[in-house]
Amino acid sequence: MTFRKYLVLAGVTVFSATGDSLLARGMKGLGNVSLHDLSSLFLAILNPWIAGGILLLLAFFASYMSALSWADLTYVLPASSLGYVLVALIALLVFHEEISVTRWLGIAMISSGVGLVAAGPSLTPARKRRHSSAHDAATQEVQS
Amino acid sequence: MKDAYTWSAIAMIVIASTTGDVLLSHAMKRVGHVGDLLRQHGLLRGIGRVLSTPTFLPGVLAMAVGFYSLLFALSWGNLSLVAPASASLTFVGNAFAARIFLHERVGRRRWIAALLVAGGVALMAV
Repeated sequence: MTFRKYLVLAGVTVFSATGDSLLARGMKGLGNVSLHDLSSLFLAILNPWIAGGILLLLAFFASYMSALSWADLTYVLPASSLGYVLVALIALLVFHEEISVTRWLGIAMISSGVGLVAAGPSLTPARKRRHSSAHDAATQEVQS
Repeated sequence: MKDAYTWSAIAMIVIASTTGDVLLSHAMKRVGHVGDLLRQHGLLRGIGRVLSTPTFLPGVLAMAVGFYSLLFALSWGNLSLVAPASASLTFVGNAFAARIFLHERVGRRRWIAALLVAGGVALMAV
């Protein structure tokens, strides 16, 4: 794992957390969407909060695709969950919201899960990996 | 009724995003390291190569279904329920799916991690 790869994983985390928050903010303004009026979901894109959220989620998508090209799905996904921890920490440090004991426990569990995965190899040699480039990367990762 | 809508939307999010994740992961493994790809072929041809990988567009389509289910769910339920519930179920679903369809070696370390993350995400909602 190079510094650059950690940077891509950080992008996955930050963009998904901020994108989701903006979307949630936008959808609250929209109110409940009924099953008979699903078209309003498509018009929701015009809302500036939602548009901003979508832009951030596109950035998330680019970094996510990049990460998936050199790491296992079961390696990249836990990394993206750090976003929840990030949102909680922003709530604590910026908005001075209180964090309950159960939330701290949740933060500890997510962080230890991510730590467990990050300590292992990012790409496991699959039982039948056809592409030599992916295989080479796997052996490099295991050796390093 | 409100709960029924919210939970069916959550189930839809989990199924669609797990399918999308598996298809996209499969596509990107086939494409190979994105950095090398862009260096060799340039941005446009690199993107073209990603787009022409057979499992990429179906993966994006599945993600889009998941995304609209998320918008639908958010309009009915609270973010503090919808986001953690769908995310934690997706983590466990993906660990199974990655093992079965992508042949990733989900060893003890990754199983424990998937459960820790799923549990932790669920606790964040309490």
